[in-house]
Amino acid sequence: MKVQTARSGGVLRIKLSGEMDEYSAPQVRAACDSLIDKNPDARQIIINLEDVAFMDSTGIGFLIGRYKKAKRGNMTLKVENPNFAADKVLSLSGIYTLIPKV
Amino acid sequence: MTKNYLKLQFYSLPCNQAFARDAVAAFCVDCNPSLSVLSDIKTAVSEAVTNCTVHAYKGNLGIITVECEIEDNALHIKVSDTGRGIDDIEKAVQPFYTTLPDDERSGMGFTIMQTFMDDFKVNSIKGEGTVVYMTKQLNPEVENV
Repeated sequence: MKVQTARSGGVLRIKLSGEMDEYSAPQVRAACDSLIDKNPDARQIIINLEDVAFMDSTGIGFLIGRYKKAKRGNMTLKVENPNFAADKVLSLSGIYTLIPKV
Repeated sequence: MTKNYLKLQFYSLPCNQAFARDAVAAFCVDCNPSLSVLSDIKTAVSEAVTNCTVHAYKGNLGIITVECEIEDNALHIKVSDTGRGIDDIEKAVQPFYTTLPDDERSGMGFTIMQTFMDDFKVNSIKGEGTVVYMTKQLNPEVENV
């Protein structure tokens, strides 16, 4: 997967591209955690899923892990533009009550 | 479409997950399923194969077998392993139940298989392996969204 980032004020936007599964998750997890660590003064993290073509339940675990990390750093986490397939998986899990969709 | 059959066997390597779900999706394409149906199938296959890699073989090398049959416009999938088996199936299929909470596992794999497919069943014998059976109508008259 490709991980891109943009910083605007207190918002750290992380854009993921590719397929999120058990195979790709460790690399994405490490890349996102490194970005969060490098931006300790960010107040909000937005993970953009627009170009995530596939996501299974690995994505739920990944987002909950990043939510916990963000919370430890006093940051909030939101997800942005999941496609219909990722949205179906995330909706089923009820994760949007914890990590709102924008 | 006439009856069709596919059998895949591969090592329980995480890199084979995309291969497995894409191969099953490609096998169905001739029946003209909607993108939504194909997406559901890919997700369910990915969950079943991930379970074999993560839980059945626990990172050790094993063989995963995926068999698919299309008959009367329904796709029947059987995903089997010869790994450690499931201790308690009733618990394992509960939403959010995971034996690996520290590994960022959501415990939603079986729930997704049950929800995204039209029919789902799991059989397991401790020490011998697990078999997951799933069915999806490829051209349902009223599609679940």
